[in-house]
Amino acid sequence: MTNRATATLHGWLLLLPAMACLALFTHWPAVASFIESFYSTPKARRPARFVGLDNYQQMLADPIFWKALSNNFWFALGTIPTSIALALLMAVWVNDRIAARTLVRMAYFTPTILPMIAVANIWLFFYTPQYGLLEQIVGLFGGRSTNWLGSQDTALYAITIVAIWKEAGFFMIFYLAALQAIPPSLGEAAAIEGASRWTFFRRIQFPLLMPTTLFVLINAVINAFRMVDHIVVMTRGGPDNATTLLLYYIYQVGFGFWDTAYAATLTCVLLVLLALVAFVQYGWLERRTHYQ
Amino acid sequence: MSAPTQPVPATTRTDPYAPKGLSLTLESTGAILLALLWVLPLAYAVWAAFHPTEYTTRFVLTAPLTLENFTRAWAAAPFARYFLNTFILVTMILAFQLVLGTLAAYALARQDFWGRDIAFALILAQLMIMPDALIVENYRTLAKVNLIDTIPAIALPYIASAFGIFLLRQTFKTVPKELDDAARVEGANPLQVLMKVYVPLAKPTYIAYGLVSVSYHWNNFLWPLLVTNSVESRPLTVGLQVFSSADQGIDWAVICAATLMTSAPLLVGFLLFQRQFVQSFMRAGIK
Repeated sequence: MTNRATATLHGWLLLLPAMACLALFTHWPAVASFIESFYSTPKARRPARFVGLDNYQQMLADPIFWKALSNNFWFALGTIPTSIALALLMAVWVNDRIAARTLVRMAYFTPTILPMIAVANIWLFFYTPQYGLLEQIVGLFGGRSTNWLGSQDTALYAITIVAIWKEAGFFMIFYLAALQAIPPSLGEAAAIEGASRWTFFRRIQFPLLMPTTLFVLINAVINAFRMVDHIVVMTRGGPDNATTLLLYYIYQVGFGFWDTAYAATLTCVLLVLLALVAFVQYGWLERRTHYQ
Repeated sequence: MSAPTQPVPATTRTDPYAPKGLSLTLESTGAILLALLWVLPLAYAVWAAFHPTEYTTRFVLTAPLTLENFTRAWAAAPFARYFLNTFILVTMILAFQLVLGTLAAYALARQDFWGRDIAFALILAQLMIMPDALIVENYRTLAKVNLIDTIPAIALPYIASAFGIFLLRQTFKTVPKELDDAARVEGANPLQVLMKVYVPLAKPTYIAYGLVSVSYHWNNFLWPLLVTNSVESRPLTVGLQVFSSADQGIDWAVICAATLMTSAPLLVGFLLFQRQFVQSFMRAGIK
């Protein structure tokens, strides 16, 4: 064998275990979802048959799908900018020599290591009507009793807040790392030029943090489509689908109603949305991000 | 935990923009208030878990302390089994992730061969297509091979981790090529070079990735909820959920005690290795 052939053989042998797993649990299921979205769900006496675009037509006519999609849009819009802004603020704070810095840093980070499923139970208590913590605080100021998770007006906000709380501290770590990587000489130079602190942040720190912002942004978008643990505990998609997100709806259709073909169709939509994120990341944002 | 994690001091020289006087006070106050808000759920869980049920919603400083909620929580669900399952699960996932990731990363970082770029792109695809999106198909695959309701079924979709492969590839690329050549001159075969040169030099990355992986899979919920339905395979997170919803009425004190027990190992680990934890997430992010 030539050298080149040997190298190729070695390379692929090293890759084989990982590639096999990825093919089996990532690539193939993605393709299979696509194929299956053109078939009907197999029943006990009726095997799956080709139905063309029927599943997609059903989806377009399904009000819950549209509800889940719009919920997911508002959930993403609520969590992404807020958690990134908070993360940046937290990082700037704990990067300075403030009082109790280590404790504050740890406090911000705790939600990251707590299981969402466990803390969702506690948030459930916070939001409980009549005697929950939030009710007690609102009561102190003479406010009206609200069923935060039981009302269509507030339920999505309530779960969005939990997600922001969960994520901000995680993103803070990346900003903190990036802030500490900025050479101190830049600050000194800016000070000599007489730049205010705000100018220094806006003109020097913030632009240098752009690659981090991009990284965090991608993570935040993916998380906006992935985070459903707290919905399972807190609302189960209710009231009246007010908190049904796309992945939760897939879970419900696939494992609640066992309509696997329709679940595959919904999965395709989720995959297309994620592919769009990837496309935007690699194709567009990457070129516009200023690297050091 | 002897990773050479030298903490980077926030200000090695005098920082002209370090807040002073009033702005320092304001900044500290804001940061501490936000920190209090951020630990509120944990603080509440500690309060409710260590006090009798009647103080769950009454915050009196003189309330008596008790451990009864913990004994009741422990008795209400087979927590010992759940702990064992979770431990087996995270160890199994991490072990496979490291072995598969090391082999793949080495090939991608240092072997020049046909199809390498395509392979890398196929691996990176997993960063976008998260396994959570493919629950329906993955469930079907595992049902076909009769693995539903087993711990390997929870682990399988995650053992090839694009993130881990990517992280190790970046680290391996920083290893000086001369070390590799020297080892080969000494007569080492590729696998020996990998084990004797690359793996020891990448130790900090292994630790960082290990912490991220363990905390992720300790906390993972949706997939384990789907593929398990018996005590023998359920991890802690699923056990906690079944236990808190199946109870008659909602006993917040017991739920809080169970919550603390579930997160205790990670919390204790975090308190002990706070610096390494934070540094490891940082390192994971910088790459």
